[in-house]
Amino acid sequence: MSDRTSLGPPSLADNRLTRRRIITDRLATTLVYGAFLLALAPLLSVAWTLLSKGIERLDGNFLYTSMNNIAAFDDRGGAYHAIIGTLEQAGIATIITVPLGVLGAIYIVEYGRGWFASAIRFFVDVMTGIPSIVAGLFVLAFWVLVVTPVFNDGRPGFSGFAAALALSVLMLPTVVRSTEEMLRLVPAALREGAYALGVPKWLTITRVVIPTALPGIVTGVMLAIARACGETAPVLLVAGGNPAINFDPFSGNQSSLSLYVFEQAGVASPYAPARAWAAALTLVTLVLTLTIAAKLLARRNTLTR
Amino acid sequence: MAKRIQANSVTAYYGSFKAIDSITMTIEPKSVTALIGPSGCGKSTFLRSINRMHEVLPDARVDGQLLIDGQNIYDRDIDVTAVRRMIGMVFQRPNPFPTMSIYDNVIAGLKLNGVRRKPMLDDACEKALSSANLWEEVRDRLNRPGGGLSGGQQQRLCIARAIAVEPQILLMDEPCSALDPISTLAIEDLISELKNEYTIVIVTHNMQQAARVSDRTGFFSIDRTGEPGRLIEYDDTTKIFTNPSIKRTEDYITGRFG
Repeated sequence: MSDRTSLGPPSLADNRLTRRRIITDRLATTLVYGAFLLALAPLLSVAWTLLSKGIERLDGNFLYTSMNNIAAFDDRGGAYHAIIGTLEQAGIATIITVPLGVLGAIYIVEYGRGWFASAIRFFVDVMTGIPSIVAGLFVLAFWVLVVTPVFNDGRPGFSGFAAALALSVLMLPTVVRSTEEMLRLVPAALREGAYALGVPKWLTITRVVIPTALPGIVTGVMLAIARACGETAPVLLVAGGNPAINFDPFSGNQSSLSLYVFEQAGVASPYAPARAWAAALTLVTLVLTLTIAAKLLARRNTLTR
Repeated sequence: MAKRIQANSVTAYYGSFKAIDSITMTIEPKSVTALIGPSGCGKSTFLRSINRMHEVLPDARVDGQLLIDGQNIYDRDIDVTAVRRMIGMVFQRPNPFPTMSIYDNVIAGLKLNGVRRKPMLDDACEKALSSANLWEEVRDRLNRPGGGLSGGQQQRLCIARAIAVEPQILLMDEPCSALDPISTLAIEDLISELKNEYTIVIVTHNMQQAARVSDRTGFFSIDRTGEPGRLIEYDDTTKIFTNPSIKRTEDYITGRFG
């Protein structure tokens, strides 16, 4: 029992209670805002460092020249070859991953029953945890050192495409899982509404379910692409890096922006750090632009309310 | 071209649970039949087995025969999508497709079944929306999303979508339970108009509604939780509501149980 002496509702002006609640409220609000600022600090710090240090060398020369014949005391040199490499490798990886990943997720959500679907979901989960170096080693051991030599007079085939394969291994689980989550969010009532009109299942999926889930699927794909663009180890292992421009992803060594950052950060040259920062800024800008563009495209397909 | 529905000992299961047991009833063409009964008595399950929507759920299955003008829709060589095109369905909650405009929602069934000719689709859209008493309200904003309409309008949009494919039977699963009284009245008026062309079966918890709109009424009930639902009494609506032959029906409609 409470220590109130009279019956009926508590007085509306119970000062002690009100004060305690106000204090608790202030405390919780302060904690939440504090945590938010704490989390924001490293992000802002990274963004500021990147901008202030990267802007110095980010010019036409940097964006349109390669590192071919750039000596240690040459202050010029650029990342054109690396930008080409990143775009081609991430592009090919996306072309491989998106159809596979989305179809896989559709199977798991719409068709999969029993142990087979559970097995696929389990292995996708396991794949999510694969370190990128392992994906790189897998492609090195399987594709570069075993498959390509057969068509290449016994020489190992380091290439941008091999890097794209390694990136696909890393992107696939992300795409499958995020697409799966988004498909599950589509209400069953929409599927039933379509079935009740006599629409076959595959049309229901392609014309009703996928469009409804599209913005979420695009977000998942963009996260996967962003992750792939930042991977260094697999590119180093199977594309090998290359200071010159190589447009052909299917033969010869290629570089990538993240690999370029890694190399420039370790090169003994007074001009290398500035190039590394500029490349890092380029990479972040590239991913950000792609993400915004993809989101705008996805939004154009759904109707505005 | 309304059709007659004959159920011959239709039994439906969810996995090993028997939800309805041996329902046998005949529903006449161009009539409104209401299915009433307490929650969990299987009236929705029976409704969903009329257009083979029951089996959409995992592990759900149906035994027995369901004849539409003499043709058993549970025969092995029956095309399920053709059955569902012939038997339209309106659900408890309005479920317009969120990525489609009002226009695309109405013609979704036609378009996804291969009708491409624009004039034909335009005609079908106007006709269906007019039949659903929604044309005047939305004719100026056919390109706006269906989700932007009010609840009652959305439900009429779903009715328009269902009748745009020109079904012969219309099943309604508590179509007014998420709507306010005015929208409910609009839908009830619509049902009395639609019965000139369609065979309508409506599941409702609202007994006044059953009395208002239906010609025949079927009362479903269960003996206790876990037991399958049965058809207790099936007769003319006036008879069911004034002078039912079975005590349990009377108890239910007078509010003594359920």
